[in-house]
Amino acid sequence: MSYTFQFGVLAQYQEQIFSGIWLTIKLSVLSIVLGCTAGVVLASVRSVWGGVVRFLVDAYVEIIRNTPFLVQLFIVYFGLPGLGLRVGADTAALIGMTINLAAYSTEIIRAGIEAIHKSQIEAGEALGLTRFQIYRHVIIVPAVAKVYPALCSQFVLMMLASSICSAISTQELAASAAFIESQTYRSFEIYIAVTLIYLALALTLRAALALIGMWLFGRRVARRAMTALPEVQA
Amino acid sequence: MTLTTFGADQFGFLLLSLQWTLLLTVIALIGGGLLGFAVALARTAQPKPVRIAAATYIQIIQGIPVLMILFLSYYGLSLAGLELPPLFAAGASMTIYASGYLAEIWRGCIQAVPKQQWEASESLAMTRLQQYRYVILPQAMRISLPPTVGFAVQVVKNTSIASIIGFVELARAGQLINNATFQPFRVFLVVAALYFVVCYPLSQLSRLLERRLHAGSSR
Repeated sequence: MSYTFQFGVLAQYQEQIFSGIWLTIKLSVLSIVLGCTAGVVLASVRSVWGGVVRFLVDAYVEIIRNTPFLVQLFIVYFGLPGLGLRVGADTAALIGMTINLAAYSTEIIRAGIEAIHKSQIEAGEALGLTRFQIYRHVIIVPAVAKVYPALCSQFVLMMLASSICSAISTQELAASAAFIESQTYRSFEIYIAVTLIYLALALTLRAALALIGMWLFGRRVARRAMTALPEVQA
Repeated sequence: MTLTTFGADQFGFLLLSLQWTLLLTVIALIGGGLLGFAVALARTAQPKPVRIAAATYIQIIQGIPVLMILFLSYYGLSLAGLELPPLFAAGASMTIYASGYLAEIWRGCIQAVPKQQWEASESLAMTRLQQYRYVILPQAMRISLPPTVGFAVQVVKNTSIASIIGFVELARAGQLINNATFQPFRVFLVVAALYFVVCYPLSQLSRLLERRLHAGSSR
């Protein structure tokens, strides 16, 4: 191959790259916080109420998990204005990411809740805890601790999937890359550089989540969060 | 195709492009399966450098977006002077993507086979190859069935990303129809429904297999 790499041309586009990284980080952090909170609420609501509520939550989870993120983004970005709701590309990206992550978080936390042994709840009752105390200390917190590594993997996957938001013109990292490519025609260089940035972001996010896990749930959970790779949940 | 509303013609076009989605999925699963199997074997091999190389490969693939794999192979291949249709770049990148994940899934399955099985077959004076062939892999394969089917769902969904480099599969067909009809909500809901019709049965099958095989192993 007679091709000579010229990474030097990328230097003058630092600003685009950094603003892309910054938006990717913002979208990821916000959607993780919102999506995970929604996941805890939906998984709890589902296990407490049952009946129609459970059916609706399950339907939401199944629909989101069995359709592509890209199509979900299209529905939010192109579809909502048709219903009279005008959303910008950044807002659409955040809505899409939150909706997607909420479904996966609900599914993961549900599995955690179902893994809590009944005797634990009975023990809580025997200690005279109120129902709310039991739900908080005996069910939700141990359930989330148990599935924390799987949640972390899902968060990292979401950060990587945020690159797809460039398809609806959100100016995150992948969009910055495409812009620079169109300006310089150094496609290979820019995509190698941005791929390495994503790799660094993924490792950093994983380390940060492990630290948060250590603070919340202790060392053992944190170590699993650092090493666990995405699991396939059926 | 009429340019007015979303009707039977457009739905037919979506169904046709669904075939491309399925073809890409099959390519990814076969190509990714072969490559992933090799990486899984390397990941569980005895020489440490081989194991480390395989682990690094998996970490890298799982640490970068599928979109970047796609861009790198699309522009990389044309850089190398190969003018190839998007199907080739899409197939190659989905293969690489699938191999990283399948390798990790199958590593887990190989390592889930109890250690005693290795020891027992070793004491029968089997070679490493024979151990894999007759003792370990048949058991690992059984364990790997549910997560592999589950992963197929991820592959079907992720083929939609190939639309970004202009490969006309289901998601891209939806975009094209939307550009002509300006009925995004209706068009993309139908597109989503078509993906769902393919993915949901696979998800359920994966769950069913998990229950079946789990019940089988605890007997």
